[in-house]
Amino acid sequence: MQKVTKDILISKAAGLLDSQTVTRVLGWKRGEFYDDVTPAVFHSREELENGFVFDDFCGANLSKYLIKETAKDDGKILVFLKPCDTYSFNQLLTERRFPRDKVYALGVGCEGMLDSRKIRAVSESVISVRDLGNSVEVETLYDGILTLDRQTLLPDRCQRCKSKKHVAFDELIATDGKILDSNRFDEVEKLEKMTADERYRFWQEQLSRCIRCNACRDVCPACTCEKCVFDNPDSGVANKACANEFEEKMFHIVRAFHVVGRCTDCGECSRVCPQNIPLHLLNRKFIKDINTFYGTYQAGETVGSRAPLVDYNPDDAEPSEVLTGGTHHV
Amino acid sequence: MYKTAKEKLPAVLDAISRYFSLYLPVDYEDGAVFEAYSYGKTLSSKVNTVKSPKEYFFPQTETLVNFKVDGKSLSIIDPRRESEDFVIFGMRACDVKSLAILDRVFLSDPIDTYYENRRRHGIIVSMACSKPAATCFCTTFGIDPSEPDGDAILYLDKDTLYLNIKTEKGAKLLTPLQGIIVDCEQNEVDTQKNLIRERLKKLPLSSLQTTTFSSGKTDDFFSSEVWETLSDTCLGCGSCTYVCPTCHCYDIKDFKTADGIRRFRCWDSCMFSDFTQMSHGNPRTKQSERFRQRFMHKLVYYPTNHDGIFSCVGCGRCLKSCPINMNIVKVMKALGGEGNGKQ
Repeated sequence: MQKVTKDILISKAAGLLDSQTVTRVLGWKRGEFYDDVTPAVFHSREELENGFVFDDFCGANLSKYLIKETAKDDGKILVFLKPCDTYSFNQLLTERRFPRDKVYALGVGCEGMLDSRKIRAVSESVISVRDLGNSVEVETLYDGILTLDRQTLLPDRCQRCKSKKHVAFDELIATDGKILDSNRFDEVEKLEKMTADERYRFWQEQLSRCIRCNACRDVCPACTCEKCVFDNPDSGVANKACANEFEEKMFHIVRAFHVVGRCTDCGECSRVCPQNIPLHLLNRKFIKDINTFYGTYQAGETVGSRAPLVDYNPDDAEPSEVLTGGTHHV
Repeated sequence: MYKTAKEKLPAVLDAISRYFSLYLPVDYEDGAVFEAYSYGKTLSSKVNTVKSPKEYFFPQTETLVNFKVDGKSLSIIDPRRESEDFVIFGMRACDVKSLAILDRVFLSDPIDTYYENRRRHGIIVSMACSKPAATCFCTTFGIDPSEPDGDAILYLDKDTLYLNIKTEKGAKLLTPLQGIIVDCEQNEVDTQKNLIRERLKKLPLSSLQTTTFSSGKTDDFFSSEVWETLSDTCLGCGSCTYVCPTCHCYDIKDFKTADGIRRFRCWDSCMFSDFTQMSHGNPRTKQSERFRQRFMHKLVYYPTNHDGIFSCVGCGRCLKSCPINMNIVKVMKALGGEGNGKQ
């Protein structure tokens, strides 16, 4: 696939601003360091040239910002979407969360984004990173220049990428990829093979590290309620921290159930978790179960599709079958 | 000053743990974590833990009081107990300094007895930073990681472990460490101190200044246009707040238990939509206002109330944990203008 460069994207976006096709551009902005890229709205060619970036650290999925941006009623906005982002984009459209005609979607190719957490695990003193294709060269303050295998620096969601295909776009930069035979259910299968006690301990250990910052919810493109039940003081569950040891588990379990059939497995929840809890595994379990009981379904693959749990089909699995939890089905 | 061979570190930890509850940073695949020592655990090799150790003095959740209901009678159960001495081993200069910032809040009248209890009994063994991280900027706030505050300071070089006892509380470690450490000269760590100071000068954020900010400057920054731009894509999560060693806002709530009520307090975040919720709602209705609150608190409001001291210690945790990579360095540079917050 043709490597998408920052300059190609700036030139494309600036052209669309100049022709007044769009009034602003939702993209990624360069920061102080090699990895601290921030989602940002650009209004002019100058702003783009001064700050826009497209590199190995543009992991942030921009599609959820379209809800807020299109509500500003300020003409059409250009958004850059990586293949996995386009699934969230479609799912948001299915849920009628923003008007399609106010967005110009520019699909950009992606070879997997780097995980700065994994880079910092190698060295805390990295000051620059250079992508050399299969390897990555990192410059450090104390250990000189290190050459690392690129594959090992990818986050789980990119190591097990489900699709290089853009399922939504107005225009595509670079050639489109394919839906991949990903091994993304491997980790779920490992959990299924555990005994109930082992699995309980696994999640107990993981979720007890939760600090209730709510970053997973706030970044999640499927979490778009105007007022979350966990922020509503009248709900009786709006605690900011764990009042008892079940609290944070309830939060994550309720959230996982709430996004069933709508979660596209974009992996943003795990990317933003400051405690590095593998939250995406909860959602993947649901996706895997849905595939098992109701036939393969990928949320966001098309606009307007009905998720199996809100659709009725005479061939649907019987509730008794579902109650086995899927562990006996492959 | 005392010293021993570096390979004696496990013996040092073990000896301390026989006398005191001991907490130290331990490495995990996901990053370093402060946790209780048990035999075999080794000191982290990282500069900083993901979360700060403030929770040992100001826990994320703690019970303030229990109410027990029995028929028509209500009894009040005070959960406070005098803490026993405990040791936090390997705290960095930034984290130690953050306690001085929390002290000004919790130990001023009316004194927070829950916090005071833990502060009185916590023995802090700080650790010099021989390899400051790329995201460190403690020197911006006048902190010297070659000579951290603390009850005792630990220096580790290639072969030797040095311990500089600074306070009476720190001297409590001498009993457990008898026979393990021996006297040495103060200047034996000078080489390491100088190396650290040289390294600090080369950090990417070494020239970040605070000159623009200080007490009483609310009007200079409050109406700035940059708040809207900086906070435009802020998710409003509490990541920055909860990893921050100096953030200290909390909420108090009641939780219904089987036989009464548990009144607890927990960390709160000014980034949340229901922060300081009153009957009319939240006084800060937009995310840009909440975002502004957090940084104005660190750079202007706290200094205004506390003799010009900033409530940031430059640990760099928010630089690493923010989902959108917005942080106090970017805010300082955007607000500071040329030659001030800018490098």
